[in-house]
Amino acid sequence: MLLIPCPWCGPREEHEFRYGGEAVPAPAADNDDRELARRLFVRSAPAGPMRERWYHVHGCRRWFPLVRDTTTHELTAPPEARP
Amino acid sequence: MSRVEHAWANPEHLWRNPEPKSSYDVVVVGGGLHGLATAFYLARNHGLTNIAVVERGWLGNGNAVRNTTVVRSNYLRDESMALYEHALRLWPGLSAELDHEVLFDPRGVLNLAHGRHDALTLKRQLAANQAAGIDAEWLEPADLASFCPILNLSPEIRYPVVGAALQRRGGIARHDAVVFAFARAADRLGVDLLQGCEVTGFDIVDNRVRGVVTTRGRIGAGRVGLVGAGRSKLLAAMAGFDLPIQPSPLQALVSEVLDQVLDTVVMSGAVHVYISQAHKGELVMGAGRDPYTSYAQRGSFHILEWQLQAVLELFPILSRAHLLRTWGGIVDVAPDASPIIGATPIGDLFVNCGWGTGGFKATPGSGWVFADTLATGAPHPLVVPFSLDRFETGALIDEHGSAAVAH
Ligand SMILES: Cc1cc2nc3c(=O)[nH]c(=O)nc-3n(C[C@H](O)[C@H](O)[C@H](O)COP(=O)(O)OP(=O)(O)OC[C@H]3O[C@@H](n4cnc5c(N)ncnc54)[C@H](O)[C@@H]3O)c2cc1C
Ligand SMILES: [Zn+2]
Repeated sequence: MLLIPCPWCGPREEHEFRYGGEAVPAPAADNDDRELARRLFVRSAPAGPMRERWYHVHGCRRWFPLVRDTTTHELTAPPEARP
Repeated sequence: MSRVEHAWANPEHLWRNPEPKSSYDVVVVGGGLHGLATAFYLARNHGLTNIAVVERGWLGNGNAVRNTTVVRSNYLRDESMALYEHALRLWPGLSAELDHEVLFDPRGVLNLAHGRHDALTLKRQLAANQAAGIDAEWLEPADLASFCPILNLSPEIRYPVVGAALQRRGGIARHDAVVFAFARAADRLGVDLLQGCEVTGFDIVDNRVRGVVTTRGRIGAGRVGLVGAGRSKLLAAMAGFDLPIQPSPLQALVSEVLDQVLDTVVMSGAVHVYISQAHKGELVMGAGRDPYTSYAQRGSFHILEWQLQAVLELFPILSRAHLLRTWGGIVDVAPDASPIIGATPIGDLFVNCGWGTGGFKATPGSGWVFADTLATGAPHPLVVPFSLDRFETGALIDEHGSAAVAH
């Protein structure tokens, strides 16, 4: 189980959280089919550090960013993840 | 020798370990089940023998031997039923075809319903299956009591079982034997199986692939097929295109060896259980997918805990069984939970991925249709709907309902 550093509550067990994945800009009204498909369905999945969002659903109920290495599951809080 | 003894006896000769040639007609990237089956059918069905399978580790290090071996074809959509049924029909003849016992055992696959809505959903699927000529039966709790006596049918449990769909031709097989069988048979037909050979890049000229760059040197190729399962997205990125795939961990677990108590496969989408008993006697169980993107081939412990809670509610008889091992594999799930098979934006480069949590059952069929695609350069009729461009046209093949219990 991951021990996730919530910027407001401190380290808490993973099952208190919901995974939000990568944050991407919303599709624009004038996107063509190819661009729309990319925005809707394609997320980056790098082998290494990945910036993603988590939601502390059974805690403070706030969203926050986290950097997690997808090959080791090592977690680092990005500087802006501060209360 | 019995079938089981035969399957466990180690053959004297597995396969050659040749040096890479400078080029091949077709290079298959990925030495899991689907890559090996592709190479075998390229040789067997199309007479192509100047073929290589390149594998970064050893053959069958990935999901090929991490899965829980459930085989069935009772999906919901016409396109999927056609694809999985084609595969299912190849299973009974596989041991003879490959001259290696794979222990395919059609002991039936049960899908439990735990309430009215569950039952309606499963009956809809059952009707679709019957209309497509796929065997499907509905069992009431009284039938279940004799079909699967250790199942807890008490109305007092949190999610009482109200019935189940059964596909009798579904079952299990021995996954490592399937790896050995396809690898040996491909090798016998002259396919070079190149282990410890990681693809690190592609040689692409004028938007056509000309070869693969590997840790054992450049290898020229007329056509290249990507069969990288959980690492497909990384391979596509090396070739310069995107795949709508999210790789994440899927875990499984086995108990110690026990007397035979379960002679069918039981799955439940609602409480997330799937369980069967291997021929040797271990109970084989699968957990849910971990939610996060990962290449680490392991997941979080609480996912296993949830799975075991549900197992114990349905099978109280197992409360004292010991867990022997747990592990994870990286599954390549597409947004509609269906595979992606066919052309890519790069000429002569084809992809076969997105089998996610359910590609073991498709092994022979996936190899068959992808070999045909690679040999002819055009998608096999069964895979036309599974093209990568369906995410642009919107013609998705939504199978979350029948694929989401990872199995
Ligand atoms: C826990 C678990 C349970 C499952 N249960 C079931 C089930 O009950 N029924 C079912 O039908 N399916 C099940 N599945 C899914 C099934 O295992 C997969 O869909 C299927 O095995 C994928 O095909 P494969 O065997 O070719 O994949 P893999 O064995 O993963 O093969 C991919 C290969 O590509 C190689 N590769 C990757 N990148 C490179 C590179 N750059 N260069 C060279 N080689 C590379 C890898 O090393 C690997 O050997 C399960 C999966 C898991 C993880
Ligand atoms: Zn918090």
